Amino acid sequence: MRSYLPRYEMRAPMDLGEALDLMQAEPGEWKPFAGGTDLMVLLEQGKLEHRRFLSIAHLTDLQRIEVTDAHVTIGALTTYSNLQRDSVLQSEFSLLWKAASETGSIANQNRGTLGGNIANASPAADSPPALLVYDAELELICRQGARWIPYARFHTGYKQMDIAPNEIISRIRLPRSSKQWRQYYRKVGTRRAQAISKVCFAGTAEIAEGKIRDIRIALGSVAPTVVRCVKTEALLLNSTGSSRIKDAQEELASEMSPVDDFRSNAKYRNRVAQNLLAEFLLQL
Amino acid sequence: MSDRASATVLFTVNGRPQSMTSHPLRRLLDVLREDLRLTGTKEGCGEGECGACAVLFDGEVVNSCLVPILQAQDVTIITIEGLVQNEKAKLLQEAFVQCGGAQCGICTPGMVVASWNLLERNPLPTDDDLRSALSGNLCRCTGYTRIFEAIKIASGKLEQAAAK
Amino acid sequence: MTQRLMGSSLPRTEGHSKVTGQARYVDDISFPEMLYGVTVRSPIARGRISKIEFDPAIPWNEFTIVNASDIPGRNRIVLIADDQPCLAQGLVNHAEEPVLLLAHRDKQLVEEARRAVTLDIAPLPAVFDIDDAIAEKQIIWGTDNIFKTFLVEKGDVDSAWAGAYAIVEGEYHTGAQEQLYIEPQGMIAQYDPETGITVLGSMQCPYYVHKALMPLLNLPPEKVRVIQTETGGAFGGKEEYPSVIACHAALLAKKACKPVKIIYDRGEDMAATTKRHPSRTRHRTAVDRDGKLLAMDIEFTVDGGAYTTLSTVVLSRGTIHAGGPYACPNVRIRSKAVATNHPPHGAFRGFGAPQSIFALECHMDRVARQINMPPDEFRRRNFVHEGETLAVSQVVREPVNLELLMNRAFELSEYRLKRERFARENETSIIKRGIGFASFMHGAGFTGSGERSMGSIVAVEGTKEGMVRVLASSTEMGQGTNTIFPQIAAEALGIGVDAVEIVTPDTSVVPNSGPTVASRTCMIVGKLVESACLQLREALIQSGLLQPDYSPEDFKRACSEYVERRGMLKCQSQYSTPPGIYWDDDKYQGDAYATYAWAVYVAEVSIDSRTWETRVEDFVAVQEVGRVINPILAMGQIEGGVAQGIGFALYEDVAWREGRMVNNQMTNYIMPTSADLPPIRVYFEEIPYEYGPGGAKGIGELPIDGPAPAIVNAIENAIGVPVGRIPATPEVLMQAMEGARV
Repeated sequence: MRSYLPRYEMRAPMDLGEALDLMQAEPGEWKPFAGGTDLMVLLEQGKLEHRRFLSIAHLTDLQRIEVTDAHVTIGALTTYSNLQRDSVLQSEFSLLWKAASETGSIANQNRGTLGGNIANASPAADSPPALLVYDAELELICRQGARWIPYARFHTGYKQMDIAPNEIISRIRLPRSSKQWRQYYRKVGTRRAQAISKVCFAGTAEIAEGKIRDIRIALGSVAPTVVRCVKTEALLLNSTGSSRIKDAQEELASEMSPVDDFRSNAKYRNRVAQNLLAEFLLQL
Repeated sequence: MSDRASATVLFTVNGRPQSMTSHPLRRLLDVLREDLRLTGTKEGCGEGECGACAVLFDGEVVNSCLVPILQAQDVTIITIEGLVQNEKAKLLQEAFVQCGGAQCGICTPGMVVASWNLLERNPLPTDDDLRSALSGNLCRCTGYTRIFEAIKIASGKLEQAAAK
Repeated sequence: MTQRLMGSSLPRTEGHSKVTGQARYVDDISFPEMLYGVTVRSPIARGRISKIEFDPAIPWNEFTIVNASDIPGRNRIVLIADDQPCLAQGLVNHAEEPVLLLAHRDKQLVEEARRAVTLDIAPLPAVFDIDDAIAEKQIIWGTDNIFKTFLVEKGDVDSAWAGAYAIVEGEYHTGAQEQLYIEPQGMIAQYDPETGITVLGSMQCPYYVHKALMPLLNLPPEKVRVIQTETGGAFGGKEEYPSVIACHAALLAKKACKPVKIIYDRGEDMAATTKRHPSRTRHRTAVDRDGKLLAMDIEFTVDGGAYTTLSTVVLSRGTIHAGGPYACPNVRIRSKAVATNHPPHGAFRGFGAPQSIFALECHMDRVARQINMPPDEFRRRNFVHEGETLAVSQVVREPVNLELLMNRAFELSEYRLKRERFARENETSIIKRGIGFASFMHGAGFTGSGERSMGSIVAVEGTKEGMVRVLASSTEMGQGTNTIFPQIAAEALGIGVDAVEIVTPDTSVVPNSGPTVASRTCMIVGKLVESACLQLREALIQSGLLQPDYSPEDFKRACSEYVERRGMLKCQSQYSTPPGIYWDDDKYQGDAYATYAWAVYVAEVSIDSRTWETRVEDFVAVQEVGRVINPILAMGQIEGGVAQGIGFALYEDVAWREGRMVNNQMTNYIMPTSADLPPIRVYFEEIPYEYGPGGAKGIGELPIDGPAPAIVNAIENAIGVPVGRIPATPEVLMQAMEGARV
């Protein structure tokens, strides 16, 4: 039941500066509108609560992927298609690359942006678990300046974020590593493509002399926000992984709070997350 | 540049420049169908899931039901009506007819647009390529088999034509 | 006469217009001064309307508003039982029930207005469960919540248990399934006080809509005109439901004196329109020590939703197919269609048969397992042959060789090899594989005396230009009507297909050749096309204008001359029952269908034991269909039907909350994408059926009967536990496997 358009407004600021000025002048009045793949659906269903938007999809400042020795920094308006075209992401951050290839259809990957996806804050989104295991940082900018925060601290609750009304997500920074990390990503949905995930698992591990020297585990769709499973990680340190599967699964269960909804149920999500953990550990 | 009720947006559709004054959040799909009377692009779901509204947007496939017209500024858009004018795309369309790739036809414009875009990027797609490239275009009638066959035949014909 | 055209894959007549975007569907059409209509619906499943409030912020004086009191005639959607109101008045019996209609020039504002109407409905206790309906927790329909029952008896079931070697019971469930045609439902209505009402739109059955509009508007037949527009998929979902929208659009158009277009948005279409009837089937089966069926006691129940619509006929077909292609001496089938406070369920390809066949074929595998017999051997010992009788005591009077179909399907799918290999590999593999099959039949045309009662008519007409026009109410909805009719006509007349024109189904122009349903269009109506053409040919020859050994050019000349001289060349053919068909409506016995198509389908699945995600890896569909008129179109029907069957089996799940579908979005109601389907391999056997055009039988619905049981049998083969319900989602499989653990 589509929304009544006259109640809405959208402007396209000339540049990032103008966007930030407007958001500074009237904090909370203007929300950024990126590729539209989430917001246009809400508009069509009559569920878009906010009324005034700044179209920022055209701001090229926020579409660059920059590679230095230490980091890969992704502009927030990089589309999922463009993410997949980057060779450094494909080779060094394959979980993010994989998540991008599984996020919706090609048509939606051509429009959907990483920043937009983060700001939409769905606990079922595909990229966030990958961003968590890569220790991603977000740059939030406003008229007065910029700040970096660990992505792990960005989502504070269901659809709650550490972002001020005058701030925009501008960049996502991933620290590069010279070490060889094992990587695992699996999204379990209702069908192969165009599926909202029921469970989404991202894991990376650094193995030395047959033992886990460092490990990162993140899950989507099992809690009000995407979660980094730090207790499970701690338990697995210095083990071979496969020797501690049962314990790790129990710990994992304590770090999740999956729900019953029309897509799936808590029991299934719980079991599958545990099974994916086992699959990950067995591969190490 | 724009105010609440309307924005004037300049873009091209099927090679023709357009100047459209419209509410900035009006869907590109509605501008095409209602204002430009290009009814070849269809609405199947309004949520970017079925692909019936697919058009080419600066050379990329997008779901026009999810594009606010304001974001079409300076964009080159090609709809199914524009593809008909392309000699090579016609080979694809003919293959669809010969192979039974269209049954009820409602998904067909979006399917042809997406298939055409695939062939432009990947002239010899494998079955797996086809499956993933077209997973955003839902067809309820065909089970996709004949659509894939049409694309493979068209890609063969296009390769032959290119070789000459 | 040798067949030049029948059996060849002539390209789709309207294919070019479809691939170029020129085909015009209802939403592509506009009229000057046209208004947009929307429907205000009940938010709850059952209650009494106490108040309707209109938010004063909306300029209501600009709107056309219609409620039940605006209906000039009967406030009913005429179909079978005529119990469904066009607009609710007083009581509402299901969520999304239409209460009020609004129209306005501004498409945006009319939606805002819809939100601005508040329906105050005092809730009444509702019934959502088959057992609650039967237990009469509340009486929500009639005197006992039962739309219809059937009783089929063959032999003496109760005497068979005592002597049985084994008795096996089972219970099977199927869920609701949304047709999900990619073109949402829509209509445009125009009213003129002189000429009456004209409705155009997406539909399967123009004469059903015509029949519904007359008593609603108090108009005689010649003042109601219904025209089918290019229809973007239907699958039964546009069989009876279009009458509802047509009536709504007509009421608005009459009141506004302007054309009114109503197009449903996807969410509304999914929540408010018909779906496949959910079912529950209970089987009790007795076999002897050789695995021969002694008795089948079957209880088949479907949930019809809040109003009758087509539930009586769905129940009928499901009942007749419940016993399958087996020769069993003693059968009892007790079936019921019950009322619940869901939006009425309705026609969807298969029409009751997919439900009862699912139960039967899963049960046959279960019986086989119980007696330690391979499931295919069990079928082999019980397949019906020519001369034997089906469950409804129909003597099979055509050659049937299910064993041959099964052997072919097994060969193509490598069934035996895979069955052995998977059994070995599954012991250690994380991905469990299974292979399973279903053997089944589907009756073409209306049941019993249905075709005779309908008395379908087709007319063909020669034109001054020497063309032949075919006039029938059969609609093209993607299945190929507009291609095979010219093929049949051209073959019969000895001319080219481009000399044949199919007239758009318009009730003011075409006769009533019956609805486009029941797999009857090729076999029944196509036969009438053929016979009308033969008559026309005969008329030309008799007139002396055409010699028996004519060329297409001769025909064209003769036709043209005839019309010049005599003013008109028109022939009509009406259905007459083939000889020897007898059906007893009271005992529900006899020749239920003039003929059946027969099939064996094999599905190979893989199940990831970590996530219980199931994939169909390969699918083989072998069927005997009389004669294939157009191979590409026929294969397309099977492939598409199988794809829908795979969705029915694994992915398509309607989530109900308080009687309302809550996953009414394509994001959340999951149909298969191209990434989810294997290549679907289709093979035909042909044993020409005497009374079909060129020997053809009906095939439209057959392919959706087989996939679900074949897949579930494959799943049970893979994981070794019974499943018994669809959709067999990963959550269901996890539950089944956990439940089976000791």
